[in-house]
Amino acid sequence: MIADGNEPCALAIRGFARLILKGLIMQRLATAFAIAMVLALGAQAASAQTLKAVQDRGQLVCGANGTLAGFGAPDPQGNWIGFDVDFCRAIAAAIFNDPTKVKFVPLTPANRFTALQSGEIDVLARNTTWTMSRDTSLGIDFASVTYYDGQGFMVRKSLKVNSALELNDAAVCVQQGTTTELNLADYFRSNNMTLKTVTFATATEAVRAYDTGRCDAYTTDSSGLYGERLRLTDPNAHIVLPEIISKEPLAPAVRQGDNAWEDLARWTHQAMLDAEELGVTQQNVDDMVKSNSPDIRRLLGAEGQFGQSLGLTNDWAYRIIKAVGNYGEIFERNVGQGSPLKIARGLNALWTKGGLQYGLPVR
Amino acid sequence: MSKVLQFPLRSRRQWAGVALQAALVVVIGGLAYAAFVNAADNLAKAHIASGFRFWDNTAGFDISQTLIDYSSSTSTFGRAFWVGLLNTLLVASLGIVLATVLGFAIGIARLSRNWLVARLAGGYVELVRNIPLLLQLLFWYNAVLKALPELRDSIALPGAAYLNNRGLFLPRPELGEKFLYVAAAFAIGVAGTVAVHIWERRRQERTGAPPRTLSYAFVLIVILPVLVFFAMGAPLSFSYPEMGRFNIRGGTEILPEFAALLVALTIYTAAFIAEVVRAGILAVPHGQTEAAQALGLRVGSTLRLVVVPQAMRVMVPPLTSQYLNLTKNSSLAVAIGYPDLVQVFAGSVLNITGQAVEVIAITMSVYLFISLVTSLLMNWYGRAVSIVER
Repeated sequence: MIADGNEPCALAIRGFARLILKGLIMQRLATAFAIAMVLALGAQAASAQTLKAVQDRGQLVCGANGTLAGFGAPDPQGNWIGFDVDFCRAIAAAIFNDPTKVKFVPLTPANRFTALQSGEIDVLARNTTWTMSRDTSLGIDFASVTYYDGQGFMVRKSLKVNSALELNDAAVCVQQGTTTELNLADYFRSNNMTLKTVTFATATEAVRAYDTGRCDAYTTDSSGLYGERLRLTDPNAHIVLPEIISKEPLAPAVRQGDNAWEDLARWTHQAMLDAEELGVTQQNVDDMVKSNSPDIRRLLGAEGQFGQSLGLTNDWAYRIIKAVGNYGEIFERNVGQGSPLKIARGLNALWTKGGLQYGLPVR
Repeated sequence: MSKVLQFPLRSRRQWAGVALQAALVVVIGGLAYAAFVNAADNLAKAHIASGFRFWDNTAGFDISQTLIDYSSSTSTFGRAFWVGLLNTLLVASLGIVLATVLGFAIGIARLSRNWLVARLAGGYVELVRNIPLLLQLLFWYNAVLKALPELRDSIALPGAAYLNNRGLFLPRPELGEKFLYVAAAFAIGVAGTVAVHIWERRRQERTGAPPRTLSYAFVLIVILPVLVFFAMGAPLSFSYPEMGRFNIRGGTEILPEFAALLVALTIYTAAFIAEVVRAGILAVPHGQTEAAQALGLRVGSTLRLVVVPQAMRVMVPPLTSQYLNLTKNSSLAVAIGYPDLVQVFAGSVLNITGQAVEVIAITMSVYLFISLVTSLLMNWYGRAVSIVER
């Protein structure tokens, strides 16, 4: 084309090239380099100052599930509710004294870590299992185990199966990219059973396929099973098998390298645990501030400078309890007896009641 | 056509043009390199693992359809990649063949003089190509699954096959050692038929006698292998599917996910191919048909010998696009749980390893490679059917 001077096309190309050369190209290049520089330096800057970024933005951005009843899903009015959702609301309450200053971003297992790594979200509270490989190779850190879970199976009652060990040869629907997918293969292999896995990208698809009879069993974390069962055509025709085949400590995660932000996430959970242990509830928190107990006074900011050391105000925990309640209240409201899921506290009871939830001391 | 460049370069203007292009190449290359270095740098800063070491690690997850040996306990992520890729190629290649056959039929039907046939074909095209493929895919998957019975109420088909919502279960042929002779007889039959066809064509050119290839082909390709098969003592047995408690064991199975994806891709792409075919045929001047009929050719022969060869050269480029679309659209498998490349590799493997940049880069390169190979083949074919200018 260059050699052929008379074609209109060649003329247009040359005209365009001249235009580019006259300054535009420099401008464009400068912009491109600027973007590259922001990318290179931006990641570092953002990683160390999440709290400041959140405060400047006036809003916390929280990665949540979006479809899992009880843990993170919008209700019919569009308000996000759930166990993981309340964790994010607690952080927002601690920072802004307003639990509504959260933007929830629904994420799939496939994009949840990328969303956190890239800075799209500030905290990932999406029933995510804390594993060694995730902790060490994804550039993320887990704050605190908010829910001790384990993987289970749901089957139709009509199959007359009483144990997961009877599932040899069964077709099992599972959501891909989860620890569940790996545990499933391990469990069948170690029990010398074969299975047919049918893997779906989203839990919604997997549950629908199970509901239509594509699979004999559906497997996920047992908390999820109770939530998903509610979405089936006839929830009462299905049972959750007693076997728990894995350890699934669910924990919110933050980007690695911002220790102050990680502290904030960890202590938000610890404050809610301590509140439950000390008997501080959403109702009585205003009275409790006047309590004589030094533990309660330190927790609620009547004594000491604990909030300031997190970069917050000293009444940070008071704000959390006032806004969303203590750990027990959040549990019962979202997944426990106050919810359609009716999950027992089990491992998630306080350590004083035979569970694993052990609030670290504020002092 | 003008040549892009003529060497040696004569004028200053030509030099300037070449210099400009060279500079652009350098700038684009530099930007790509900067982006690469930048990404690697950022990953390292954020403590995110990078590199391709995960390729040889044990995968640990199961895949529902594997064309090559695969086991969750011993196979690697690399093996899972090949399983996914083969599943993609399987559905894409079958889809291309079926969509082409269906598309040609519909495209020709739409030009039919029969009012009803033409309107039906037109209705098909308008209905199918105006609904998003994903919705059609979900429709077929859910329609197929909902309509089929549960395992215990399987429909028994003739030939010991079963159909239920777990799939279609067929007897699997187990070939004996002597089956090799049957295959050899078949190969000889095909080669013989080709030779006979060439000879018959020469005879037709010499004497005008119509070729009788079809009857020769029947003898060589069908009768000969069948005779050899029985002469060797029928070296073929079947492994039959048997009903187990939860599933059917033995035999071979066609997953409903595979069937739904294949049907959706075929039907969707066929609508576009039908339009390509219609455009190609309409691009051949009507005078060609009239001339052929004036020579005494029948309708079928006119279409086969005069219209289609000329239409082909118009059709090849848009047809290539449709083949590429079909291949790329097969990645929608992720929505219904068919273990294609995206589902297995960019889904499970990405999640388990967490190495999004590497996995996505590999996946994109693979689709790019498949598409480029398809284009290359179609361009060759396009050149073969193009009019040779004398």
